[in-house]
Amino acid sequence: MNPSITTLRREFGDKVRRAHVSCGDTIVYVDAAVLTDVMKYLKDTAEHDYQYLVDITAVEYRDGERPLEVVYELFSLERRVPLRVKVELPKDQELSVQSIVPIWKGANWLEREVYDMFGIHFEGHPDLRRILMWETYAEGHPLRKDFPLRGRFSRAEQVRQALNANPEAHYSMEELSIAEAFVDLPTDMKERLARGERGRVGGPEESG
Amino acid sequence: MAKRTVELDVATPGLSEAGDIQRIPLGVGDRTPLVDTREPELESDNMLINLGPQHPATHGVLRLVVELDGEVVQRVIPHVGYLHSGFEKLGEYRHYNQLIPLTDRMDYLAPMSNNVCLALAAEKLMGIETTERCKVLRVIACEMSRIISHLVWMGTTAIDIGAFTPFLWCFQQREVIYDLQEMWTGARLTTSLTRVGGLMADIPDGFEQGLRNFCSGFPKVLDEVDRMLTRNGIWCGRTQGIGVLSAENAINYSLSGPMLRASGVPYDVRKDRPYLDYETYDFEVPVGEHGDVYDRFLCRFEEMRQSTRILEQAVKRLPDGPINVDDPRVILPGKGEAMSDMEAMIFHFKQVMEGVPAPVGEAYMPIEGPKGELGYYLVSDGTAKPVRWRVRPPAFINLAALPEMSEGHMLSDLIAINASVDIVMGEVDR
Repeated sequence: MNPSITTLRREFGDKVRRAHVSCGDTIVYVDAAVLTDVMKYLKDTAEHDYQYLVDITAVEYRDGERPLEVVYELFSLERRVPLRVKVELPKDQELSVQSIVPIWKGANWLEREVYDMFGIHFEGHPDLRRILMWETYAEGHPLRKDFPLRGRFSRAEQVRQALNANPEAHYSMEELSIAEAFVDLPTDMKERLARGERGRVGGPEESG
Repeated sequence: MAKRTVELDVATPGLSEAGDIQRIPLGVGDRTPLVDTREPELESDNMLINLGPQHPATHGVLRLVVELDGEVVQRVIPHVGYLHSGFEKLGEYRHYNQLIPLTDRMDYLAPMSNNVCLALAAEKLMGIETTERCKVLRVIACEMSRIISHLVWMGTTAIDIGAFTPFLWCFQQREVIYDLQEMWTGARLTTSLTRVGGLMADIPDGFEQGLRNFCSGFPKVLDEVDRMLTRNGIWCGRTQGIGVLSAENAINYSLSGPMLRASGVPYDVRKDRPYLDYETYDFEVPVGEHGDVYDRFLCRFEEMRQSTRILEQAVKRLPDGPINVDDPRVILPGKGEAMSDMEAMIFHFKQVMEGVPAPVGEAYMPIEGPKGELGYYLVSDGTAKPVRWRVRPPAFINLAALPEMSEGHMLSDLIAINASVDIVMGEVDR
């Protein structure tokens, strides 16, 4: 067991929940409310010194009762010790966790990917958009267990939607504002964008 | 430290106003322009341009939305996902051995190191210790992959910056390794080399000799490329001081591999979290100083030399013995056995139909892939299929630092910086 756990317990009390070892790696569960504090503490305290954020991901178990887990893999470059921190998100509550982009800039795309694939919201993320799927993707979050392997729609419908999606035609408001490209757009597109619409794909089977 | 410094008095001849040949110093320092290039104050808008997804300089299907002020990049917004194939989702419906063909298709410039990483992750999860011969062969596979990946990187980056010849030399050498790879696995790209607990096949006759020949011939080609690029005035001018990332920033962005080491952080998974007995091989980890495109080039260049050293040592120490662990629950019996022996047939049937169950638990296994820290994270609930298969994609995470590196540079430097990240979209998008 990684000795950091003892000091973590002393520092954060019962906010640090269970910890165990799996395949030689120490895993510690912390309360979602103190996540950023724990991360800052682990990064900045000389004794821990986990400066390197290896990865952020999420796990949903096949057992529908088990909560979703957001997994943070840390590594201390000086001491050469890894630590895995997990946050549990019960499914009956809002899937939301604090963003750690203020601590590690590298978390930006990783959190976007977790949001895209699992629908977990990261509070305080500067730019929480889909990253691997296109912005108008309407079928949900692919890595959730209730998402069928072949997608929600028929193959023909998926092809139709993909052809209609035309992702190159969709610049985000932010992108359009930077070069004042917005003023040159056709009126109807301007209105749609101003309403906050992201060019949704129409059709009878449309669902969230 | 294998870092070599290049003297900044490397010079390209130019002509003075009087028509005499003069030498113009190149380098990172402040250069006073020979002609006054300042423009009168003109009122202008920034321009928004769309680079990619189908553009040869984006190395695949990367799309960059770039805001330009004249020719200076103000902002870059990368869009990825055009090659998203849902491998992680597919993996949840596959046995562990069935994941291996999927890993080929991620980093398709270095398929064998992906195969090795998956096998190591599954073995960590199941608590399997592989044989000595298997370990050495896997090291050979990893280092061969590193060399071909870096060769593609060097060739295509040279083309992006305007040098065509090194590309041909690099691809010629890559072909030698591809022939060896084909000899061993029967495929050039979709190698599927490893199995959980061993390898798909032992090396064929003549492979060792082929590898030795490569190891003796390859450094000569590297020297030629070295002569062509390392002290070349155009190359230095295009790469030095471009896309600089400080060590602190590189760590903050979670960069890995040559990208991180070029910024001066000596983190190499082979040294810091050894696997496959890498601690017993004698090799150096090149580390840069400036964190620019040029240092990334030098790091990758030196890594190829070091990989050749590792290959030489591995061929020399290659022990005899089996390549697979002696455990009929994990390793398929031979065809002859399965056809003649009842017990072997049952094991064969169970493995093919039900797969190999892994105990409840989870394992994160990082290796030093050619692009950086490649990690596979497997979560098992006790069945033969993983609950979650996560790939820590080094190219994806390195690419996230592109806006930070390129803003403020010229558009043509953006191409050089993007090339220096060494992305492979199959891995970025998975």
